[in-house]
Amino acid sequence: MTHVSAMADIPSAQRARPSRSPSAIFLRRVLTSWQGAFGVTVLVVIATLGLLAPWISPYSPLDINPDAFMEPPSAAHWFGTDEIGRDVLSRVLYGASVSLEVVVLAVGIALAAGSLLGLISGWLGGAWDALIMRIMDAFLAFPLLVLALAIVAVLGPDLMNAMLAIAITKTPGFARLVRSEVLAMREIDYIKAAESVGVSNLRILLRHVWPNVSGNVIVYGSLSASQALITESALSFLGLGVQPPTPSWGYMVATGIQFYQSWWMSFFPGLAIFITVLAFNFLGDAVRDALDARLGGRRE
Amino acid sequence: MVSYFSRKLVQMLPVAFFVTVIVFALTNLLPGDPTVTILGEQATADQRAAVRVEYGLDQPAPVRYATWLGRVVQGDFGRSLRTREDVGAMLSARIPVTLELAFLSILIAVAIGVPAGIVAARFRGTVIDVMTSFLAMSSVAIPYFWMGILLIMLFSLKLGWLPASGYARFTEDPAQNLRLMILPALTIGTAFAALVMRQTRASMLQILSLDYIRTARAKGLSELIVVLRHGLRNALIPVITVIGLQIGALLGGAVVTETVFALPGLGRMLVDGIFQRDFPVIQGAILFIVVAVFAVNLFTDFIYRILDPRVQV
Repeated sequence: MTHVSAMADIPSAQRARPSRSPSAIFLRRVLTSWQGAFGVTVLVVIATLGLLAPWISPYSPLDINPDAFMEPPSAAHWFGTDEIGRDVLSRVLYGASVSLEVVVLAVGIALAAGSLLGLISGWLGGAWDALIMRIMDAFLAFPLLVLALAIVAVLGPDLMNAMLAIAITKTPGFARLVRSEVLAMREIDYIKAAESVGVSNLRILLRHVWPNVSGNVIVYGSLSASQALITESALSFLGLGVQPPTPSWGYMVATGIQFYQSWWMSFFPGLAIFITVLAFNFLGDAVRDALDARLGGRRE
Repeated sequence: MVSYFSRKLVQMLPVAFFVTVIVFALTNLLPGDPTVTILGEQATADQRAAVRVEYGLDQPAPVRYATWLGRVVQGDFGRSLRTREDVGAMLSARIPVTLELAFLSILIAVAIGVPAGIVAARFRGTVIDVMTSFLAMSSVAIPYFWMGILLIMLFSLKLGWLPASGYARFTEDPAQNLRLMILPALTIGTAFAALVMRQTRASMLQILSLDYIRTARAKGLSELIVVLRHGLRNALIPVITVIGLQIGALLGGAVVTETVFALPGLGRMLVDGIFQRDFPVIQGAILFIVVAVFAVNLFTDFIYRILDPRVQV
């Protein structure tokens, strides 16, 4: 109670802060937690390095150097060279943009498709709801990687297909989440009021339902990112994702397996995956905590 | 109890139907001509047509689906297009490997995760708690295949304690079997230990704040007995549920781990099947994995209800 009376003593002009939107407060909360700060910083650094790879990488990621097969890390090659003399550091840098691109697009597609299905399912109810949700449940019955493998097997191994496969595996999660939120929203009075005065379905969904649902969707999206990256790297590791010679972290680790003595070949790309996944996890946790705080600590 | 589970099974039927449709559709949309897999590149058009009839590939898709499902229900998964081996027989040869891997992984996860979770909860907010949480955070972020390689580099190449990869049957050479299984099981087990640890920590924290724990302390029981006998026994129930629910993720991890360690398990069978476009093999492996996940989830639910009588049926 003490801080209330303390606030009362402050002149009102001083108390008035520049008005901030809820999303600005939310963002601030994410960035001021150490997890959020760590996650965002690491991801920004990795994304920047990936984008700048053509200018900052010391060698071309594809150039074969017959004089430098499997050389250990040195001043000339910080991360060593691979079995055909390509610079591992350059390939790790180029691999960053490939992996992040897949993650962002896959989660983006899953978010859009899943939210749409969830909105339709939750709002229309009845037979549509039953049909959509049973199909989503069926997809959820598959382990993530197994489903992704099966889809890539059908579409054929390449980067785009791996991305689509990851998007498909993540879609049911979004659909289920959005549907349950929409079902809860349906019972709220102002939504019922809007319906009874004849506001169109589309308008209710977009103006009144979606803004209330989107927070949790963003949390789920940020928590999905690390899974998407792990799946992408596993697919590439198995040779079903990014195809050589395009540099990819997962595939580089797979090549390194055949040359255990040259530990740097698999160590550095694996480290890159690890750090990026860790950053996504920290960011996801921070986003969730920030939303929990906004909702008054509903989850804890 | 019986009616609850029979109701639950009936609810699962439509989902199971769509699962079989998805598996069938996926494998029947496989690009490439299956007769090439069976006969090779050189076969004549007549030979191909004959094989199409033999395998029923000339039938329309719904007919093939119905025939396929009818056989699968009877346990007939067909034959590998490549080796002509019976897929059911392949499955029964591969399943024990994956099962052993899963069992040992869970064992390791519990052996590490439960004590770590108890300690983290008991010393909440201290350096120990922060350290365990950080380790847990890291171990879930390590991809299975990288973890496997790091373990091989350390324990096989550097220290020379364990063989790097391969497989020996438990019935033929139990010692060698275990030596070969330790690293793969550690690969999956350490990642799972993090999940177990987090859940143990969370439910211990909740339980340790309850009145009956305070009563136990007040009547002078030693801290060890309070935490282990009164706290842990109740805190473990959600831990069992978490393990059960994550069995799908474990089997997904097995796909990658079996590849790293050259284990002839279910996951390896699936990956090989995909590379060889051998759709009966892919169908068999995927269906078994999904059924196993279903069964484990149902079983977890059952155990949960036995362990916690408060859960109303």
